[in-house]
Amino acid sequence: MSQWVFAGLKAGIVTTPYPRREDHAHGITPGRPRGGVVASPEEIASHCPVGALAATGEGITVDRGRCIHCPACRADIPWEETYEWATVPPEAKEAEVERPFRRSLHVLVVDAGDCGACLSEVGQLNNPYYNMHRLGFFITPTPRKADLLLLVGPMTEHMKLAVEKAYAAMPTPKRVMAVGTCAASGGIFGSSFVAGHGANEVGSVDVVVPGCPPPPLAILHGLLLVAGRAQEVVER
Amino acid sequence: MELNKLEKTLHDRFFERLTTRISSSFLDIECSTADLIEVSAMLFNEQACAFAGMIIEEEDVSWSLRYMFYNDHGMIQVMIAASHDQTEFPSISAHVHASDWHERAAEDLFGLSFSGHPRLGEFILHEQWPEGTNPMRRGFDARAPFSHWESRPDWEPPRVFDSPGAFSMPIGPIYSGIAESVHFQLETIGEEIVRVIPRLFYKYRAVEKLAQGRSVGEALLLAERFNGTSSFAHAFSFCQAVEKIAEVEIPQRARRLRAFLAELERLRHHVAALQGICSSTGLAVAASQAGILEEEMLRLSGVFAGHRYLFGLATPGGLTRDFTDEECRNVAGTASSIAQRLNKLERLLTRSSSFLDRLERVGIVTKDDALRYGLVGPIARASGSGRDLRTFLPYGGYEELLLSPVQEEEGDGYARLRVLFSEARESSRLLNDIAADLPSGDVCVPVEMRAGWALGWTEAPRGAAFHWVRIDDAGNVAEWRIIPPSFVNWHGFHLAAEGFAFQDFPIILATFGLSAAENDR
Repeated sequence: MSQWVFAGLKAGIVTTPYPRREDHAHGITPGRPRGGVVASPEEIASHCPVGALAATGEGITVDRGRCIHCPACRADIPWEETYEWATVPPEAKEAEVERPFRRSLHVLVVDAGDCGACLSEVGQLNNPYYNMHRLGFFITPTPRKADLLLLVGPMTEHMKLAVEKAYAAMPTPKRVMAVGTCAASGGIFGSSFVAGHGANEVGSVDVVVPGCPPPPLAILHGLLLVAGRAQEVVER
Repeated sequence: MELNKLEKTLHDRFFERLTTRISSSFLDIECSTADLIEVSAMLFNEQACAFAGMIIEEEDVSWSLRYMFYNDHGMIQVMIAASHDQTEFPSISAHVHASDWHERAAEDLFGLSFSGHPRLGEFILHEQWPEGTNPMRRGFDARAPFSHWESRPDWEPPRVFDSPGAFSMPIGPIYSGIAESVHFQLETIGEEIVRVIPRLFYKYRAVEKLAQGRSVGEALLLAERFNGTSSFAHAFSFCQAVEKIAEVEIPQRARRLRAFLAELERLRHHVAALQGICSSTGLAVAASQAGILEEEMLRLSGVFAGHRYLFGLATPGGLTRDFTDEECRNVAGTASSIAQRLNKLERLLTRSSSFLDRLERVGIVTKDDALRYGLVGPIARASGSGRDLRTFLPYGGYEELLLSPVQEEEGDGYARLRVLFSEARESSRLLNDIAADLPSGDVCVPVEMRAGWALGWTEAPRGAAFHWVRIDDAGNVAEWRIIPPSFVNWHGFHLAAEGFAFQDFPIILATFGLSAAENDR
């Protein structure tokens, strides 16, 4: 078995400097459209296949809950190569005063109908590039030990009961984080007879990480927000 | 067998009872309901045709049922038509076992019944839906919320196995760790798993229904997003169906680049599958090493194509963007270095006896079973039945590419591991071949939609992915059926897990590498 020890040591350390410093590696984010002043905003907004762009006077705003950063507007409006995408919904901002999870956070990951990409990006947090354990974030096998319910997918009808039971089994204080556009709003699948409009169907959502899928660093940013160890990045 | 010879053989047996037509590697057989079983059984069992799936269409006054078979000369369609009040059809599953789940799905979605099928009912729609809910029927409004939901807390899954001391162990749909939502009922008398009853479709999003009446562009968003881990392959397959309908030839450069992207996706998928196998056996360093490679593949895709999972690239008519030859060569170079590191990982793994013990002679699927269930992809190739659509029925940009077929015979977890490693190497070689010789020209031609239907197919990372599309007069999607590889392979999954111990279950699951999202669609 010593071969594995050497193999492990030889690989060295690859872990991201985030959140101590920004990570500038290539390919860590798909990027996303940025709102702002553009020429002919109405025309650009009308080309968005999911209705995420809205023209406001001379500029454009992006509905983060709907945008799937399909590249339809890539040539027309500026895109940003950022990853600190997590936000706290206005309702949750008022409710939250205490931050009980500063040092460690146990996460129950539940798939409520995702396509596999969000789940795969959550899974990357366990690989050496992101290694969320170093920050005190752990995946827990049972809702009884979970502080945070991390939901992916639009909340399919068949998963609703299971998710409700899991959420009810979590001890308080507890939080809900919606990861991905589907979990934020139902995305392109919801709402329909079998798919809902996202994680808010089970309880009030405390942090939303939009994206299709959000890259691992965006999810990490979301976890840091839940723990009260990072700030939202306000879009200008 | 060549299609015209097959046509003659059919006529020798069925005389004038069949109407047949051949057009460019497509044999169309119209037969009566009475002959259906015999014709399908002959194709599947005597002529060794593979069963692709079943496509049902509801029309105003009639039903049409298409049973799609294929061999290495083309597609064979057996079609029966019936008046709209007929809701019972003969089940072919006694002779074509591969059709088992297709008939169950049709029963749920269309409300058709298949006489002779041993187990219809409660499949895609779980027990909470009232009888007679058939979402694929024409009158069903998919965008309206469904109000007849009944929760039944007293519900218990049916049990198959009855013996003193036997018990049933439920697992899922919520697991420990990061896993897709699937439920298994494992029936056991202690250590050995006697029966595996998977309960799928927890993630059913009805994408085929949602696409009805939408534009091709909107349906494409669903095609590439219903299963994010092999998104490009499905978008590719969908686009091919649409292009066949519109009768457009896509430019040579786009054909090659599509194959290039498909191989890039396959390489990433296989690395992720290998990572899954390493972590299921608890080999931490190997899992980390494979995890590093997986993230590097994701970053490579991100840098090259602007999306880590290759969303938003395929479009009817070609690709949404071009790549420079140099970019492609750089990607191919990085892929080679990743393939070399995979070789190193394989060498280390094959020297770890504790790892091999968990895989060798565990989770066996025999060749006969693989053929009977019509298994596809790396799983079938590990059981000695390698029908790789890239060489079997070449499509897209694969006609001119040279592939060496990968095949193993044992059908156990170790054979599946070796197939994944070999195919990853092969993909990296193909990436280099394509990048070294890229034709110049455009990557997209305009597509003018017209009414019609067609079947598109690709060899997705998990196996054959068929997309059948019908376009209406307005150029919108009227009907769309997806036959994903995971649907076919989940059907055969129980073969691998039954007869093995409980602690092998997660490892067998990992060596199958199936996707619930792809199956549940």
